[in-house]
Amino acid sequence: MAHKRREMLIDPLVDNNPITLQVLGICSALAVTSSLQVAFVMSIAVTLVTAFSSMFISMIRNQIPSSIRIIVQMVIIASLVILVDQMLKAFAFEISKTLSVFVGLIITNCIVMGRAEAFAMKNGPIDSFIDGIGNGLGYGLILMLVGVIRELFGSGSLFGVTILETVNNGGWYVPNGLLLLPPSAFFIIGLIIWAFRSWKTDQVEEREYKIQTVEAH
Amino acid sequence: MEGLLSLAVKAIFVENLALSFFLGMCTFIAVSKKISTAIGLGISVMIVQAITVPANNLILTHLLSPGALVWAGFPEVDLTFLGLISYIGVIAALVQILEMVLDKYFPPLYNALGVFLPLITVNCAILGGSLFMVERDYNFAEAATYGLSSGFGWALAITAMAGVREKLKYSDIPDGLQGLGITFITAGLMAMAFMSFSGVKL
Repeated sequence: MAHKRREMLIDPLVDNNPITLQVLGICSALAVTSSLQVAFVMSIAVTLVTAFSSMFISMIRNQIPSSIRIIVQMVIIASLVILVDQMLKAFAFEISKTLSVFVGLIITNCIVMGRAEAFAMKNGPIDSFIDGIGNGLGYGLILMLVGVIRELFGSGSLFGVTILETVNNGGWYVPNGLLLLPPSAFFIIGLIIWAFRSWKTDQVEEREYKIQTVEAH
Repeated sequence: MEGLLSLAVKAIFVENLALSFFLGMCTFIAVSKKISTAIGLGISVMIVQAITVPANNLILTHLLSPGALVWAGFPEVDLTFLGLISYIGVIAALVQILEMVLDKYFPPLYNALGVFLPLITVNCAILGGSLFMVERDYNFAEAATYGLSSGFGWALAITAMAGVREKLKYSDIPDGLQGLGITFITAGLMAMAFMSFSGVKL
């Protein structure tokens, strides 16, 4: 049993990553990654919300009539997100300003709903909690990876601490401004998916059309 | 009037919900394989967005914001912290109502859009639109314009994306990039194209 739970925690990190394989929760993932600190706070928030919402939904799963389950799940998730939002406003006001609408958007983050629907409705509270943590961490992993690349090469720092001295401050590094703009996040995630799938080749998608080679005459 | 027009242009091109705020990405990536389905989903998002943003604006100004409950005798109550839960409630309810109305009065439209309507409740673009409306303090007219035009911008983006992907499936793509990977990179290129609108002022 303990072994199975460890699997559940580790599996979503690479083998079954919510972003690169399940295509869940990309919505808010990209916009908050231009600085690492914000990405870090966002990952923690999403992990906590996913874990606790899965746990609570799993606790009452036998009482929810299936016709209104989406609304019930929404209410549970929204209440948890309100808690997170209020906590951030109270203790980390600056970060909550940078995150702006994206804290609220955790409600519609497909990871939370997806895990609630796919896992928590069928499994016990403790398993669901662990599954939530695992998927939150898998999401966080990608977020941090993108965050590191964007902040290091885009502004020459990590967590706001200067690593590469930029030219403007008398250093040598010319920052790549593109990395601070939205499109770069798409490229980085695309490349991360490429890297993941070259490593785990079973994740590669089937082609719809094959290129045929025609012999020359 | 001019202000509203420039707001509309800004919401459609410069601050496109899908390509510069990454909202509604899950459906944007998942449902953009065919142009016809993409148009269907785009239109549904536009309709729902055009209704929910002004509706949430009314709820905010008349129920939630500080001092809004004067008419009920509670001048000091500030319910803004209930914002998130009420917006998502309004969205879920409106989508449900829209689905029933379409089913009863416009069956052909319902048959075309029906499958997408439940998806829309969890589309971040819809909730995002309402949250941006709150954050930027739009009044009712601005909220209505913003809702319609941001929905249109999203529909435009997903239709263009589907057009690119329909051609893309004939190309020779490295194995690891196949499917999801190349879709992201295409979306990135489109986002760069849309960025060229930034700085446009009316």
